[in-house]
Amino acid sequence: MNCEKVSQELVAYLDGRMDSAERRETEEHIASCAACRERAEQFRRVWTVMDEVPVIEPSFGFDARVRQRVAAEPTRAWWAWFAPQARLAFSAVLLIALTVWVAKRPSNPAGGTAASTEQDFNAIQQLGVLENYDVVTKMDALSELIPSADQKPQTPEAEPRESND
Amino acid sequence: MQAMARSDVQLMLDVKAGDDSSFDFLLTKYRSPLVNFLYRMVRDRATAEDLAQDVFLRVYRARKEYIPSAKFTTWLFRIATNAALNSVRDNRHQRMEVSLDTPVSEEQEASPRELPAREMRIDEHLLERDRVEFIQRAIASLPDKQRAAVLLHKYEEMDYAEIAKILDCTEAALKSLLFRAYENLRVQLAPLVSPSASPQRAAERRPS
Repeated sequence: MNCEKVSQELVAYLDGRMDSAERRETEEHIASCAACRERAEQFRRVWTVMDEVPVIEPSFGFDARVRQRVAAEPTRAWWAWFAPQARLAFSAVLLIALTVWVAKRPSNPAGGTAASTEQDFNAIQQLGVLENYDVVTKMDALSELIPSADQKPQTPEAEPRESND
Repeated sequence: MQAMARSDVQLMLDVKAGDDSSFDFLLTKYRSPLVNFLYRMVRDRATAEDLAQDVFLRVYRARKEYIPSAKFTTWLFRIATNAALNSVRDNRHQRMEVSLDTPVSEEQEASPRELPAREMRIDEHLLERDRVEFIQRAIASLPDKQRAAVLLHKYEEMDYAEIAKILDCTEAALKSLLFRAYENLRVQLAPLVSPSASPQRAAERRPS
């Protein structure tokens, strides 16, 4: 063993944390090397001198301040488990809502318009005002509807009722 | 008494399960070692106590995620060491900002890490106090990582594996770090540890 190797392991040697073979080799070197012996001795003194540094006690109220800060910590509710995934959950809900909305939308917008036009037409047909021929014929806006009404078989019922009056 | 029979890891697991009295026991057990370690790292009592409180609070906050993969002290002092190193770094940064605006003497420029000069004391009590101060300043003059390694080794009496985990290095690197640290201290404390040293002579030989 040389001085460099002893220097590397000197702290472990002084701590007594060496196996017996290493310890014997180190002791042999130290016995024959004045510089390493001197350094080992001074390291021991450094440790002794360091023991002179007094231990300080935490100030009065240290524990109370820690407990106070601990008590001020928010308690975690059962739903807090979800908190870290809040953004993820929000995104998921948004995605589901979007999917439902898209699914509910009519696939053919043109078909929808045709259906509503047909409904409107039926509603107009069922208006009582259509039964009054005079009114209908005098209304320019509804005049176009009359030929179609005449073509249908059920509309002639209006004429006998009018003649009765 | 029941808490004394439980290991630190078990106490921490009890804290995790919601038992705050176990946290109180850990606080009582480690407040003094932690405050002393931090005080020796930052050299300011108020800062050391503030940091120690932060460390305990961090432990409490992390209770739900605590997994006993290492010794409790390893975890505790790792948090404390990081807090101390950050604090020292921040303070040094602040001091550097101040020093940019203040004139620096030639002597300070030549040896910024040298121990500041102190007036000699004759009185025995003051001599003793100066001696302790001299030792503390020698420890404080070590580079941050060397100082942390020495404090954990000498005062906390931790084994190499534990200190290496705290400082995030290998055991071989730690041994080398410790050797360099004690070698620095041997030089700094030469007036106290050299073969011819005596308290009186040590005081006389301090840098002035």
